[in-house]
Amino acid sequence: MGNMEVNQDTIAHLAKLSDFALTEDESARLEADINGIVNYISQLDELDTTGVEPTYQVFEMENIWREDEILPQEADREALLGLAKEVKDNHIKVPKVL
Amino acid sequence: MKTASKDISAMTLVKEALTKAHQYQEQYHIFNYLNDTEAIRKAAEIDERIKRGENVGRLAGVPYALKDNFLSPEGETTASAHILEGFTSPVTATAVKRVEDEGAIMIGRTNLDAFAHGSSTENSYYGPTKNSKDLERVAGGSSGGSAVAVALGIVPFATGTDTGGSIRQPASFNGVYGLKPTYGTISRYGVVAMASSTDCVGFFTENPEDMDLLMKVTAGQDPNDMTTLPDFYDREEKFDDPIKKIGVIKDFDNEAVSPEIRACLSREIEKLKAAGHEIVELNMPALKYALAAYYIITPAEVASNLSRHDGVRYGFRSENVQTLDELYNNTRNEGFMPENKRRIMIGNFVLSSGFYDAYYLKAAKARTLIIQEYAQAFEKCDLILTPVSPNPAFKLGEKVDNPVAMYLEDMMSVSLNLAGLPGLAIPVGETTNGLSLGLQLVGPRRSDQELINFAKRMRGDHESAEDEHVDLMGGND
Repeated sequence: MGNMEVNQDTIAHLAKLSDFALTEDESARLEADINGIVNYISQLDELDTTGVEPTYQVFEMENIWREDEILPQEADREALLGLAKEVKDNHIKVPKVL
Repeated sequence: MKTASKDISAMTLVKEALTKAHQYQEQYHIFNYLNDTEAIRKAAEIDERIKRGENVGRLAGVPYALKDNFLSPEGETTASAHILEGFTSPVTATAVKRVEDEGAIMIGRTNLDAFAHGSSTENSYYGPTKNSKDLERVAGGSSGGSAVAVALGIVPFATGTDTGGSIRQPASFNGVYGLKPTYGTISRYGVVAMASSTDCVGFFTENPEDMDLLMKVTAGQDPNDMTTLPDFYDREEKFDDPIKKIGVIKDFDNEAVSPEIRACLSREIEKLKAAGHEIVELNMPALKYALAAYYIITPAEVASNLSRHDGVRYGFRSENVQTLDELYNNTRNEGFMPENKRRIMIGNFVLSSGFYDAYYLKAAKARTLIIQEYAQAFEKCDLILTPVSPNPAFKLGEKVDNPVAMYLEDMMSVSLNLAGLPGLAIPVGETTNGLSLGLQLVGPRRSDQELINFAKRMRGDHESAEDEHVDLMGGND
């Protein structure tokens, strides 16, 4: 992985995954920045991790369940809908999908 | 800290804090929002309750500053990011609720690097906060505004979040105490998420005693944050030996760390030896890889957590849109800061198919090795003393265009977050040109109170040493 080269195709793909409408200038700048960062993080290559289990949560917690019941909430529907820019008939309005 | 009573009113405390806040704001740019009206209303209410003889709580009338990534209905919660502009939260973070239930009064929301992405508070949509000791230098970050608010004496405490050093580094850049508790000690409910497996809520204070009080008030399990640990702070009566074995990490003693920081650590070690503590040298070779692992794991979590900001349900929405896709893409492109975009894209890179094993899985394994290395270290010592950052506060603009140089500032702070350990930044003097120097005390998980107690003792030892020094100097007045 040490020689992984991030080019404009990679940037376009990552922008799509990230939902960014990047400008050309931004894309050029990000290509340089992300190459620098990938180059830095690739030093992990040197570390021998043979037979080591990964850690995703430091206390190794498993799923914690709660009772399936409706509890009183701080914010009601009106307060939450009130945060959106446009609301119509209790729905949030967005531009056409297709 | 001073609390309101029959002798001193909450109104006096709050007005004093607000006056200072307004006075310093223009020069230092500490706050994104000042809560004058609501703070004064609450102070009057507390004073009324004191007059009636009610118990108003352990933080009665104490003014405090809130990092602007904690949700509460007082002022917009912006996380210093354009994309949250206009968002006033209908819910209140658990940490906010707990300090306010004890009578604390929020006087303002403090500046940060947008979404807490940064080590200088320069990545804020609203502009940088200045260092409390030198206006040409950075406040540190990401909780820069909170650190400066305490350092300038505006408030006795401020909240912070620490994902990779965001409390400890600005604390040491400004000469105050900053605690990143054991992962899961204080609820993250109502805090703008950055990286869920390393995010911690903590505080800035002027002294370790106030830190202890704030931990007693806020630590503990919360049904709204399933990752909070069963209550442990101030619960277990443990024998806390005043004489400690203190670990020093040899791997950090190299030219990547500035001579001033290394000299500062050596001085503190000599003082600790003189006070009777034993120094243990530690070799921790995996720590060298902590920064690389951190800048894989946290961007991956950032990419997931920040995908919710799409301009649909709250905050900023781009005007310039015809379709739903344009709404998402333009809102996110206009609403995020360059550093937010870098981290989201790096996160999507390390998680994408073909790279997942080489980067994300590899980093998760490195994390295990780092956890093991600390566990072995704590078999040899009770706590570890290390620098927080390789340099004292740097100049504004010096690193902001070089992401890797900025990331390197976090090299000695991030391993604690990966391992879930508590770290307490303590102020230990100044450089020859007056910049603050700080070190951090690190302990095993759930040793938060021992760290605070040890910091109290270190301060006591220093104060008596200083008294002696004054005596030897022949009674300066």
